[in-house]
Amino acid sequence: MRLSRYVFPVMASLGFGFLYAPILILVIYSFNESKLVTVWGGFSTRWYVELFQDPQILDAAKLSLQIAASSATIALVLGVAAAMTLVRFRWFRGRTWLAGMVAAPLVMPEVITGLSLLLLFVALDNWIGWPSGRGVTTIVLAHATFGMAFVAVIVQARLRDMDRTLEEAAMDLGARPTTVFLTVTLPTIAPALVASWLLAFTLSLDDLVIASFVSGPGSSTLPMVVFSKVRLGISPDINALATLMILIVGLGGVFGFWQMRRSTHRRSA
Amino acid sequence: MRLVAKLKSLQRDWVSWVPTLWLGVFFLIPFLVVLKISLSQATIAMPPYLPLFDWVESALEIRLDFGNYLFLIDDPLYGAAYLESVRIAFVSTVITLLIGYPMAYMIATAREPRRTLLLLLVILPFWTSFLLRVYAWIAILKTNGLLNGLLMSLGLISEPLVILQTDLAVYIGIAYTYLPFMVLPLYASLSKLDRTLLEASEDLGATPWISFVTVTLPLTIPGVIAGSLLVFVPAIGEFVIPALLGGNDTLMIGKVLWNEFFANRDWPIASAVAIIMLFVIVGPLMWLNRINSKTEEATS
Repeated sequence: MRLSRYVFPVMASLGFGFLYAPILILVIYSFNESKLVTVWGGFSTRWYVELFQDPQILDAAKLSLQIAASSATIALVLGVAAAMTLVRFRWFRGRTWLAGMVAAPLVMPEVITGLSLLLLFVALDNWIGWPSGRGVTTIVLAHATFGMAFVAVIVQARLRDMDRTLEEAAMDLGARPTTVFLTVTLPTIAPALVASWLLAFTLSLDDLVIASFVSGPGSSTLPMVVFSKVRLGISPDINALATLMILIVGLGGVFGFWQMRRSTHRRSA
Repeated sequence: MRLVAKLKSLQRDWVSWVPTLWLGVFFLIPFLVVLKISLSQATIAMPPYLPLFDWVESALEIRLDFGNYLFLIDDPLYGAAYLESVRIAFVSTVITLLIGYPMAYMIATAREPRRTLLLLLVILPFWTSFLLRVYAWIAILKTNGLLNGLLMSLGLISEPLVILQTDLAVYIGIAYTYLPFMVLPLYASLSKLDRTLLEASEDLGATPWISFVTVTLPLTIPGVIAGSLLVFVPAIGEFVIPALLGGNDTLMIGKVLWNEFFANRDWPIASAVAIIMLFVIVGPLMWLNRINSKTEEATS
Protein backbone atom coordinates (compact mmCIF):
# COMPACT_ATOMS: atom_id res chain seq x y z
CA MET A 1 0.00 0.00 0.00
CA ARG A 2 1.66 3.13 -1.30
CA LEU A 3 -0.18 5.40 1.08
CA SER A 4 1.33 3.81 4.13
CA ARG A 5 4.69 3.42 2.41
CA TYR A 6 5.44 6.95 1.26
CA VAL A 7 2.98 9.77 1.77
CA PHE A 8 1.87 9.17 5.36
CA PRO A 9 5.30 8.28 6.79
CA VAL A 10 6.78 11.46 5.34
CA MET A 11 3.93 13.57 6.73
CA ALA A 12 4.10 11.77 10.07
CA SER A 13 7.86 12.29 10.31
CA LEU A 14 7.29 15.99 9.71
CA GLY A 15 4.70 15.85 12.49
CA PHE A 16 7.18 14.31 14.93
CA GLY A 17 9.74 16.91 13.85
CA PHE A 18 7.19 19.65 14.53
CA LEU A 19 6.66 18.15 17.99
CA TYR A 20 10.32 17.97 18.94
CA ALA A 21 12.12 20.80 17.09
CA PRO A 22 10.97 23.56 19.52
CA ILE A 23 11.95 21.44 22.50
CA LEU A 24 15.38 20.79 21.00
CA ILE A 25 15.84 24.50 20.32
CA LEU A 26 14.95 25.34 23.94
CA VAL A 27 17.60 22.92 25.18
CA ILE A 28 20.32 24.12 22.78
CA TYR A 29 19.78 27.79 23.51
CA SER A 30 19.83 27.25 27.27
CA PHE A 31 23.59 26.72 26.81
CA ASN A 32 24.02 29.86 24.71
CA GLU A 33 26.36 32.46 26.18
CA SER A 34 24.56 35.26 24.33
CA LYS A 35 21.25 36.69 25.48
CA LEU A 36 20.03 36.94 21.86
CA VAL A 37 18.33 33.97 20.26
CA THR A 38 19.73 34.40 16.79
CA VAL A 39 23.32 34.81 17.93
CA TRP A 40 25.32 31.83 19.12
CA GLY A 41 27.78 33.24 21.64
CA GLY A 42 29.45 29.97 22.55
CA PHE A 43 28.74 27.24 25.07
CA SER A 44 28.02 28.40 28.59
CA THR A 45 26.21 27.31 31.72
CA ARG A 46 25.77 30.82 33.06
CA TRP A 47 21.96 30.74 32.75
CA TYR A 48 21.83 27.70 35.00
CA VAL A 49 23.94 29.53 37.56
CA GLU A 50 21.63 32.55 37.30
CA LEU A 51 18.58 30.32 37.63
CA PHE A 52 19.80 28.84 40.89
CA GLN A 53 20.66 32.28 42.25
CA ASP A 54 17.22 33.73 41.61
CA PRO A 55 15.40 33.60 44.98
CA GLN A 56 12.06 34.46 43.36
CA ILE A 57 12.23 31.42 41.09
CA LEU A 58 13.52 29.12 43.82
CA ASP A 59 10.78 30.12 46.28
CA ALA A 60 8.11 29.74 43.62
CA ALA A 61 9.49 26.33 42.62
CA LYS A 62 9.40 25.14 46.22
CA LEU A 63 5.82 26.33 46.65
CA SER A 64 4.76 24.75 43.36
CA LEU A 65 6.30 21.39 44.28
CA GLN A 66 4.47 21.40 47.62
CA ILE A 67 1.17 22.27 45.98
CA ALA A 68 1.69 19.67 43.24
CA ALA A 69 2.51 16.88 45.70
CA SER A 70 -0.49 17.51 47.96
CA SER A 71 -3.01 18.13 45.17
CA ALA A 72 -1.83 15.05 43.22
CA THR A 73 -2.28 12.88 46.32
CA ILE A 74 -5.82 14.14 46.94
CA ALA A 75 -6.56 13.78 43.22
CA LEU A 76 -5.32 10.18 43.27
CA VAL A 77 -7.60 9.14 46.14
CA LEU A 78 -10.65 10.91 44.68
CA GLY A 79 -9.90 9.79 41.13
CA VAL A 80 -9.54 6.12 42.07
CA ALA A 81 -12.82 6.28 44.03
CA ALA A 82 -14.52 7.87 41.01
CA ALA A 83 -13.06 5.30 38.61
CA MET A 84 -14.11 2.37 40.83
CA THR A 85 -17.62 3.81 41.00
CA LEU A 86 -17.89 4.27 37.24
CA VAL A 87 -16.46 0.87 36.27
CA ARG A 88 -17.59 -1.38 39.12
CA PHE A 89 -20.48 0.08 41.12
CA ARG A 90 -23.17 0.17 38.48
CA TRP A 91 -25.88 0.38 41.15
CA PHE A 92 -24.67 3.72 42.50
CA ARG A 93 -27.50 6.25 42.09
CA GLY A 94 -25.33 9.31 41.51
CA ARG A 95 -23.47 7.52 38.70
CA THR A 96 -24.78 9.60 35.79
CA TRP A 97 -23.95 12.80 37.63
CA LEU A 98 -20.48 11.57 38.46
CA ALA A 99 -19.85 10.37 34.89
CA GLY A 100 -20.85 13.75 33.48
CA MET A 101 -18.88 15.80 35.99
CA VAL A 102 -15.71 13.73 35.94
CA ALA A 103 -15.11 14.17 32.21
CA ALA A 104 -15.99 17.85 31.97
CA PRO A 105 -12.91 19.37 33.70
CA LEU A 106 -10.73 17.76 31.00
CA VAL A 107 -12.03 20.07 28.29
CA MET A 108 -13.43 22.98 30.30
CA PRO A 109 -11.58 26.17 29.33
CA GLU A 110 -9.26 27.04 32.19
CA VAL A 111 -10.44 30.63 32.48
CA ILE A 112 -13.95 29.39 33.32
CA THR A 113 -12.72 26.84 35.87
CA GLY A 114 -10.44 29.43 37.45
CA LEU A 115 -13.04 32.18 37.66
CA SER A 116 -15.78 29.88 38.94
CA LEU A 117 -13.58 28.38 41.66
CA LEU A 118 -12.42 31.81 42.77
CA LEU A 119 -16.01 33.03 43.06
CA LEU A 120 -16.90 29.89 45.00
CA PHE A 121 -14.00 30.39 47.42
CA VAL A 122 -14.95 34.04 47.97
CA ALA A 123 -18.59 33.07 48.58
CA LEU A 124 -17.63 30.21 50.94
CA ASP A 125 -15.32 32.54 52.85
CA ASN A 126 -18.25 34.94 53.31
CA TRP A 127 -20.73 32.26 54.39
CA ILE A 128 -18.75 29.86 56.54
CA GLY A 129 -15.38 31.54 56.87
CA TRP A 130 -13.53 28.73 55.08
CA PRO A 131 -11.19 28.71 53.22
CA SER A 132 -10.19 32.00 54.81
CA GLY A 133 -8.45 34.13 52.25
CA ARG A 134 -6.77 32.73 49.19
CA GLY A 135 -3.44 31.02 48.89
CA VAL A 136 -1.96 27.55 49.04
CA THR A 137 -5.15 25.87 50.30
CA THR A 138 -7.34 27.22 47.51
CA ILE A 139 -4.77 26.32 44.83
CA VAL A 140 -4.50 22.77 46.21
CA LEU A 141 -8.30 22.36 46.21
CA ALA A 142 -8.54 23.65 42.63
CA HIS A 143 -5.71 21.47 41.35
CA ALA A 144 -7.03 18.37 43.12
CA THR A 145 -10.35 18.90 41.31
CA PHE A 146 -8.98 18.92 37.79
CA GLY A 147 -6.28 16.39 38.68
CA MET A 148 -8.89 13.86 39.76
CA ALA A 149 -10.51 14.00 36.34
CA PHE A 150 -7.26 12.88 34.70
CA VAL A 151 -6.67 10.21 37.35
CA ALA A 152 -10.21 8.90 36.86
CA VAL A 153 -9.76 8.61 33.08
CA ILE A 154 -6.47 6.69 33.32
CA VAL A 155 -7.57 4.40 36.16
CA GLN A 156 -10.93 3.70 34.49
CA ALA A 157 -9.17 2.46 31.35
CA ARG A 158 -6.91 0.21 33.42
CA LEU A 159 -9.83 -1.18 35.46
CA ARG A 160 -11.70 -2.05 32.27
CA ASP A 161 -8.71 -3.91 30.81
CA MET A 162 -8.03 -5.74 34.04
CA ASP A 163 -8.55 -9.48 34.33
CA ARG A 164 -11.47 -9.81 36.73
CA THR A 165 -11.05 -13.52 37.37
CA LEU A 166 -8.34 -12.74 39.94
CA GLU A 167 -10.77 -10.67 41.98
CA GLU A 168 -13.46 -13.28 41.62
CA ALA A 169 -11.08 -16.01 42.76
CA ALA A 170 -10.17 -13.97 45.85
CA MET A 171 -13.85 -13.44 46.64
CA ASP A 172 -14.62 -17.13 46.14
CA LEU A 173 -11.89 -17.87 48.65
CA GLY A 174 -13.78 -15.73 51.14
CA ALA A 175 -11.93 -12.40 51.02
CA ARG A 176 -13.97 -9.34 51.94
CA PRO A 177 -14.41 -6.63 49.29
CA THR A 178 -11.95 -4.30 51.07
CA THR A 179 -9.36 -7.07 51.27
CA VAL A 180 -9.85 -7.91 47.60
CA PHE A 181 -9.40 -4.26 46.69
CA LEU A 182 -6.25 -3.86 48.78
CA THR A 183 -4.54 -7.15 47.94
CA VAL A 184 -5.67 -7.83 44.36
CA THR A 185 -7.07 -4.73 42.63
CA LEU A 186 -4.61 -2.11 43.89
CA PRO A 187 -1.41 -4.07 43.08
CA THR A 188 -2.77 -4.86 39.60
CA ILE A 189 -3.52 -1.23 38.76
CA ALA A 190 -0.38 0.08 40.51
CA PRO A 191 1.37 1.23 37.28
CA ALA A 192 -1.74 3.23 36.35
CA LEU A 193 -1.76 4.74 39.85
CA VAL A 194 1.87 5.83 39.53
CA ALA A 195 1.27 7.24 36.06
CA SER A 196 -1.86 9.14 37.09
CA TRP A 197 -0.28 10.56 40.25
CA LEU A 198 2.65 11.79 38.17
CA LEU A 199 0.30 13.30 35.59
CA ALA A 200 -1.73 15.10 38.25
CA PHE A 201 1.55 16.30 39.77
CA THR A 202 2.86 17.61 36.42
CA LEU A 203 -0.41 19.31 35.54
CA SER A 204 -0.48 21.08 38.88
CA LEU A 205 3.16 22.11 38.52
CA ASP A 206 2.35 23.54 35.11
CA ASP A 207 -0.93 25.33 35.69
CA LEU A 208 -0.90 29.09 35.22
CA VAL A 209 -4.49 30.15 34.58
CA ILE A 210 -6.39 28.46 37.41
CA ALA A 211 -3.64 29.22 39.95
CA SER A 212 -3.63 32.91 38.92
CA PHE A 213 -7.35 33.17 39.69
CA VAL A 214 -7.41 31.35 43.02
CA SER A 215 -4.03 32.38 44.47
CA GLY A 216 -3.62 35.19 46.93
CA PRO A 217 -0.89 37.67 47.73
CA GLY A 218 2.39 35.95 48.57
CA SER A 219 1.49 32.67 46.91
CA SER A 220 2.99 33.02 43.45
CA THR A 221 3.56 29.63 41.88
CA LEU A 222 6.37 28.85 39.45
CA PRO A 223 4.25 29.24 36.28
CA MET A 224 3.04 32.63 37.53
CA VAL A 225 6.64 33.84 37.96
CA VAL A 226 7.66 32.35 34.61
CA PHE A 227 4.70 33.96 32.85
CA SER A 228 5.46 37.41 34.21
CA LYS A 229 9.09 37.05 33.06
CA VAL A 230 8.22 35.61 29.65
CA ARG A 231 5.68 38.33 28.94
CA LEU A 232 8.54 40.81 28.87
CA GLY A 233 10.35 38.74 26.23
CA ILE A 234 12.86 35.93 25.94
CA SER A 235 14.93 35.25 29.02
CA PRO A 236 17.60 32.54 28.76
CA ASP A 237 17.34 31.43 32.38
CA ILE A 238 13.80 30.27 31.55
CA ASN A 239 15.39 28.13 28.81
CA ALA A 240 17.60 26.61 31.49
CA LEU A 241 14.55 25.93 33.65
CA ALA A 242 12.76 24.33 30.68
CA THR A 243 15.78 22.14 29.94
CA LEU A 244 15.84 20.83 33.50
CA MET A 245 12.13 19.99 33.32
CA ILE A 246 12.56 18.30 29.93
CA LEU A 247 15.47 16.29 31.31
CA ILE A 248 13.37 15.01 34.22
CA VAL A 249 10.39 14.18 32.01
CA GLY A 250 12.64 12.58 29.38
CA LEU A 251 14.26 10.31 31.95
CA GLY A 252 10.80 9.41 33.22
CA GLY A 253 9.75 8.59 29.65
CA VAL A 254 12.77 6.35 29.05
CA PHE A 255 12.08 4.60 32.33
CA GLY A 256 8.40 4.17 31.40
CA PHE A 257 9.28 2.72 27.98
CA TRP A 258 11.75 0.31 29.57
CA GLN A 259 9.10 -0.78 32.10
CA MET A 260 6.51 -1.29 29.37
CA ARG A 261 8.93 -3.34 27.26
CA ARG A 262 9.84 -5.46 30.25
CA SER A 263 6.20 -6.15 31.07
CA THR A 264 5.34 -7.08 27.45
CA HIS A 265 8.36 -9.38 27.32
CA ARG A 266 7.30 -11.04 30.53
CA ARG A 267 3.76 -11.47 29.25
CA SER A 268 4.87 -13.04 25.97
CA ALA A 269 7.51 -15.22 27.64
CA MET B 1 -35.25 0.57 60.98
CA ARG B 2 -35.37 1.68 57.41
CA LEU B 3 -33.34 4.70 58.32
CA VAL B 4 -30.65 2.47 59.82
CA ALA B 5 -30.53 0.36 56.65
CA LYS B 6 -30.30 3.52 54.60
CA LEU B 7 -27.48 4.86 56.70
CA LYS B 8 -25.66 1.56 56.32
CA SER B 9 -25.92 1.63 52.56
CA LEU B 10 -24.78 5.23 52.63
CA GLN B 11 -21.74 4.16 54.59
CA ARG B 12 -21.03 1.43 52.06
CA ASP B 13 -21.41 3.91 49.24
CA TRP B 14 -19.03 6.51 50.65
CA VAL B 15 -16.44 5.49 48.09
CA SER B 16 -18.87 6.73 45.47
CA TRP B 17 -20.31 9.67 47.34
CA VAL B 18 -17.06 11.37 48.26
CA PRO B 19 -15.86 12.01 44.67
CA THR B 20 -19.41 12.87 43.57
CA LEU B 21 -19.88 15.41 46.35
CA TRP B 22 -16.39 16.81 45.78
CA LEU B 23 -17.14 17.47 42.13
CA GLY B 24 -20.54 18.83 43.07
CA VAL B 25 -19.01 21.36 45.43
CA PHE B 26 -15.90 22.26 43.43
CA PHE B 27 -17.16 21.88 39.90
CA LEU B 28 -20.95 22.19 39.64
CA ILE B 29 -21.84 24.71 42.37
CA PRO B 30 -19.14 27.18 41.20
CA PHE B 31 -21.08 27.57 37.94
CA LEU B 32 -24.17 28.56 39.90
CA VAL B 33 -22.08 31.10 41.79
CA VAL B 34 -20.81 32.49 38.48
CA LEU B 35 -24.39 32.71 37.22
CA LYS B 36 -25.44 34.53 40.38
CA ILE B 37 -22.64 37.06 40.20
CA SER B 38 -23.19 37.63 36.50
CA LEU B 39 -26.60 38.97 37.53
CA SER B 40 -25.31 41.34 40.17
CA GLN B 41 -24.02 44.86 39.95
CA ALA B 42 -20.38 45.80 40.05
CA THR B 43 -19.23 48.03 42.86
CA ILE B 44 -15.96 49.21 44.32
CA ALA B 45 -15.59 46.96 47.33
CA MET B 46 -14.22 43.57 48.25
CA PRO B 47 -15.73 41.41 46.81
CA PRO B 48 -16.51 43.91 44.04
CA TYR B 49 -20.20 43.17 43.51
CA LEU B 50 -23.49 43.98 45.25
CA PRO B 51 -25.48 41.19 46.91
CA LEU B 52 -28.28 39.65 44.89
CA PHE B 53 -30.49 38.81 47.84
CA ASP B 54 -31.05 41.36 50.55
CA TRP B 55 -33.26 41.56 53.65
CA VAL B 56 -34.95 44.93 53.49
CA GLU B 57 -37.36 45.49 56.39
CA SER B 58 -37.68 41.73 56.96
CA ALA B 59 -38.67 41.09 53.35
CA LEU B 60 -36.44 39.32 50.92
CA GLU B 61 -35.45 41.60 48.12
CA ILE B 62 -34.00 40.06 45.01
CA ARG B 63 -32.18 42.32 42.66
CA LEU B 64 -31.54 40.66 39.33
CA ASP B 65 -29.50 42.83 37.07
CA PHE B 66 -29.39 41.82 33.43
CA GLY B 67 -27.37 44.93 32.70
CA ASN B 68 -24.15 42.93 32.34
CA TYR B 69 -25.62 40.81 29.58
CA LEU B 70 -27.16 43.84 27.86
CA PHE B 71 -23.75 45.47 28.02
CA LEU B 72 -22.14 42.43 26.36
CA ILE B 73 -24.73 42.49 23.59
CA ASP B 74 -24.44 46.24 23.15
CA ASP B 75 -20.68 46.40 22.85
CA PRO B 76 -19.63 44.83 19.50
CA LEU B 77 -16.24 43.92 21.00
CA TYR B 78 -17.63 40.94 22.89
CA GLY B 79 -19.60 39.42 20.03
CA ALA B 80 -16.56 39.79 17.79
CA ALA B 81 -14.38 38.13 20.43
CA TYR B 82 -16.72 35.11 20.63
CA LEU B 83 -16.80 34.75 16.84
CA GLU B 84 -13.03 35.16 16.58
CA SER B 85 -12.45 32.55 19.30
CA VAL B 86 -14.66 30.01 17.54
CA ARG B 87 -13.00 30.79 14.19
CA ILE B 88 -9.45 30.53 15.57
CA ALA B 89 -10.30 27.35 17.46
CA PHE B 90 -11.84 25.85 14.32
CA VAL B 91 -8.90 26.67 12.03
CA SER B 92 -6.45 25.37 14.64
CA THR B 93 -8.45 22.16 15.03
CA VAL B 94 -8.35 21.53 11.27
CA ILE B 95 -4.56 22.12 11.23
CA THR B 96 -4.12 19.79 14.23
CA LEU B 97 -6.18 17.12 12.48
CA LEU B 98 -4.10 17.39 9.29
CA ILE B 99 -0.87 17.02 11.26
CA GLY B 100 -2.21 14.42 13.67
CA TYR B 101 -3.92 11.98 11.31
CA PRO B 102 -0.76 10.80 9.48
CA MET B 103 1.01 10.48 12.82
CA ALA B 104 -1.77 8.36 14.29
CA TYR B 105 -1.79 6.30 11.08
CA MET B 106 1.95 5.71 11.27
CA ILE B 107 1.70 4.64 14.93
CA ALA B 108 -1.25 2.33 14.31
CA THR B 109 0.50 0.57 11.42
CA ALA B 110 3.88 0.27 13.21
CA ARG B 111 5.02 -2.99 14.78
CA GLU B 112 5.99 -3.42 18.43
CA PRO B 113 8.16 -2.14 20.07
CA ARG B 114 8.23 0.73 17.56
CA ARG B 115 4.55 1.38 18.17
CA THR B 116 5.02 1.88 21.91
CA LEU B 117 8.02 4.09 21.28
CA LEU B 118 6.14 6.34 18.82
CA LEU B 119 3.14 6.51 21.14
CA LEU B 120 5.44 7.55 23.95
CA LEU B 121 7.00 10.21 21.72
CA VAL B 122 3.54 11.73 21.18
CA ILE B 123 2.64 11.66 24.87
CA LEU B 124 6.00 12.83 26.25
CA PRO B 125 5.75 16.54 25.27
CA PHE B 126 2.37 16.64 26.98
CA TRP B 127 4.21 15.93 30.23
CA THR B 128 6.57 18.85 29.86
CA SER B 129 5.40 22.31 30.73
CA PHE B 130 2.67 23.67 28.48
CA LEU B 131 3.73 27.22 29.30
CA LEU B 132 7.35 26.56 28.37
CA ARG B 133 6.38 24.84 25.13
CA VAL B 134 4.39 27.91 24.11
CA TYR B 135 7.32 30.08 25.16
CA ALA B 136 9.65 28.07 22.88
CA TRP B 137 7.74 29.36 19.86
CA ILE B 138 8.47 33.00 20.67
CA ALA B 139 12.17 32.49 19.89
CA ILE B 140 11.29 30.63 16.69
CA LEU B 141 8.63 32.94 15.28
CA LYS B 142 10.03 36.35 16.25
CA THR B 143 10.83 38.75 13.40
CA ASN B 144 14.54 38.36 14.19
CA GLY B 145 13.95 34.79 15.34
CA LEU B 146 15.18 31.38 14.26
CA LEU B 147 12.67 30.60 11.52
CA ASN B 148 13.26 33.88 9.73
CA GLY B 149 17.01 33.46 10.18
CA LEU B 150 16.86 30.00 8.62
CA LEU B 151 14.65 31.04 5.71
CA MET B 152 16.78 34.11 4.95
CA SER B 153 20.06 32.21 5.08
CA LEU B 154 18.56 29.68 2.66
CA GLY B 155 17.66 32.58 0.42
CA LEU B 156 13.97 31.66 0.39
CA ILE B 157 12.90 35.09 1.61
CA SER B 158 14.63 38.43 1.57
CA GLU B 159 12.49 40.22 4.15
CA PRO B 160 11.69 38.63 7.53
CA LEU B 161 8.13 37.34 7.81
CA VAL B 162 5.96 38.76 10.54
CA ILE B 163 4.47 35.68 12.23
CA LEU B 164 4.67 36.37 15.94
CA GLN B 165 1.72 38.42 17.20
CA THR B 166 -0.50 37.30 14.34
CA ASP B 167 -3.33 34.75 14.17
CA LEU B 168 -0.97 32.34 12.39
CA ALA B 169 1.24 32.16 15.48
CA VAL B 170 -1.86 31.36 17.57
CA TYR B 171 -2.83 28.53 15.17
CA ILE B 172 0.68 27.10 15.38
CA GLY B 173 0.69 27.36 19.17
CA ILE B 174 -2.67 25.62 19.56
CA ALA B 175 -1.84 22.88 17.04
CA TYR B 176 1.48 22.31 18.74
CA THR B 177 0.28 22.07 22.32
CA TYR B 178 -2.97 20.17 21.66
CA LEU B 179 -1.51 17.62 19.20
CA PRO B 180 -1.46 14.68 21.68
CA PHE B 181 -5.21 15.19 22.37
CA MET B 182 -5.83 14.73 18.64
CA VAL B 183 -3.44 11.84 18.00
CA LEU B 184 -4.52 9.58 20.87
CA PRO B 185 -8.24 9.20 20.00
CA LEU B 186 -7.30 8.88 16.30
CA TYR B 187 -4.80 6.17 17.15
CA ALA B 188 -7.42 4.38 19.26
CA SER B 189 -9.89 4.19 16.38
CA LEU B 190 -7.22 3.45 13.72
CA SER B 191 -5.78 0.55 15.70
CA LYS B 192 -9.24 -1.00 15.97
CA LEU B 193 -9.69 -0.88 12.18
CA ASP B 194 -10.30 -4.27 10.60
CA ARG B 195 -7.41 -4.79 8.14
CA THR B 196 -9.32 -7.38 6.09
CA LEU B 197 -11.65 -4.62 4.90
CA LEU B 198 -8.69 -2.84 3.30
CA GLU B 199 -7.51 -6.07 1.69
CA ALA B 200 -10.99 -6.65 0.34
CA SER B 201 -11.14 -3.15 -1.09
CA GLU B 202 -7.74 -3.59 -2.75
CA ASP B 203 -8.72 -7.00 -4.14
CA LEU B 204 -11.68 -5.28 -5.71
CA GLY B 205 -9.27 -2.97 -7.50
CA ALA B 206 -9.37 0.19 -5.41
CA THR B 207 -6.24 2.34 -5.38
CA PRO B 208 -4.74 3.04 -1.95
CA TRP B 209 -6.17 6.56 -1.94
CA ILE B 210 -9.65 5.32 -2.84
CA SER B 211 -9.41 2.64 -0.12
CA PHE B 212 -8.35 5.31 2.32
CA VAL B 213 -11.17 7.70 1.44
CA THR B 214 -13.90 5.06 1.19
CA VAL B 215 -12.87 2.60 3.93
CA THR B 216 -10.34 3.94 6.46
CA LEU B 217 -11.58 7.49 6.78
CA PRO B 218 -15.30 6.73 7.27
CA LEU B 219 -14.51 4.01 9.83
CA THR B 220 -12.32 6.34 11.88
CA ILE B 221 -14.76 9.25 11.92
CA PRO B 222 -15.56 8.70 15.65
CA GLY B 223 -11.87 9.18 16.41
CA VAL B 224 -11.75 12.27 14.19
CA ILE B 225 -14.72 13.80 15.99
CA ALA B 226 -13.48 12.92 19.49
CA GLY B 227 -9.99 14.27 18.79
CA SER B 228 -11.32 17.43 17.14
CA LEU B 229 -13.64 18.18 20.06
CA LEU B 230 -10.84 17.63 22.56
CA VAL B 231 -8.89 20.34 20.74
CA PHE B 232 -11.75 22.64 19.74
CA VAL B 233 -13.50 23.07 23.10
CA PRO B 234 -10.53 24.07 25.28
CA ALA B 235 -9.03 26.11 22.41
CA ILE B 236 -12.08 28.41 22.41
CA GLY B 237 -11.26 29.62 25.91
CA GLU B 238 -7.47 29.54 25.51
CA PHE B 239 -5.65 32.35 27.28
CA VAL B 240 -1.91 31.59 27.42
CA ILE B 241 -1.41 31.05 23.68
CA PRO B 242 -3.09 34.26 22.44
CA ALA B 243 -1.46 36.18 25.31
CA LEU B 244 2.06 35.04 24.42
CA LEU B 245 1.93 34.42 20.67
CA GLY B 246 -1.01 36.55 19.51
CA GLY B 247 -1.01 40.26 18.86
CA ASN B 248 -2.89 42.99 20.65
CA ASP B 249 -5.59 42.70 18.01
CA THR B 250 -5.96 38.91 18.46
CA LEU B 251 -9.33 38.98 20.12
CA MET B 252 -10.01 35.76 22.00
CA ILE B 253 -12.68 35.47 24.63
CA GLY B 254 -10.36 33.86 27.19
CA LYS B 255 -8.15 36.93 26.99
CA VAL B 256 -11.18 39.24 27.26
CA LEU B 257 -12.36 37.42 30.41
CA TRP B 258 -8.86 37.59 31.89
CA ASN B 259 -8.63 41.34 31.26
CA GLU B 260 -12.12 42.04 32.64
CA PHE B 261 -11.17 40.18 35.78
CA PHE B 262 -7.55 41.17 36.38
CA ALA B 263 -7.24 44.56 34.66
CA ASN B 264 -10.75 46.03 35.04
CA ARG B 265 -11.62 44.09 38.22
CA ASP B 266 -15.17 43.83 36.94
CA TRP B 267 -16.24 40.47 38.36
CA PRO B 268 -19.87 40.62 37.21
CA ILE B 269 -18.90 41.31 33.58
CA ALA B 270 -16.23 38.57 33.70
CA SER B 271 -18.91 36.20 35.04
CA ALA B 272 -21.35 37.11 32.29
CA VAL B 273 -18.59 36.52 29.71
CA ALA B 274 -17.99 33.08 31.27
CA ILE B 275 -21.69 32.17 31.24
CA ILE B 276 -22.05 33.01 27.56
CA MET B 277 -18.83 31.09 26.82
CA LEU B 278 -20.41 28.08 28.56
CA PHE B 279 -23.39 28.34 26.23
CA VAL B 280 -21.02 28.37 23.24
CA ILE B 281 -19.23 25.19 24.35
CA VAL B 282 -22.13 23.25 25.87
CA GLY B 283 -23.17 21.77 22.50
CA PRO B 284 -19.75 20.34 21.57
CA LEU B 285 -19.29 19.24 25.19
CA MET B 286 -22.47 17.16 25.17
CA TRP B 287 -21.50 15.67 21.82
CA LEU B 288 -18.17 14.60 23.31
CA ASN B 289 -19.92 13.14 26.35
CA ARG B 290 -22.17 11.06 24.09
CA ILE B 291 -19.19 9.69 22.14
CA ASN B 292 -17.43 8.83 25.41
CA SER B 293 -20.39 6.95 26.84
CA LYS B 294 -20.80 5.10 23.53
CA THR B 295 -17.20 3.87 23.53
CA GLU B 296 -17.61 3.02 27.21
CA GLU B 297 -20.57 0.80 26.36
CA ALA B 298 -18.68 -0.78 23.48
CA THR B 299 -15.68 -1.69 25.63
CA SER B 300 -17.46 -2.92 28.75
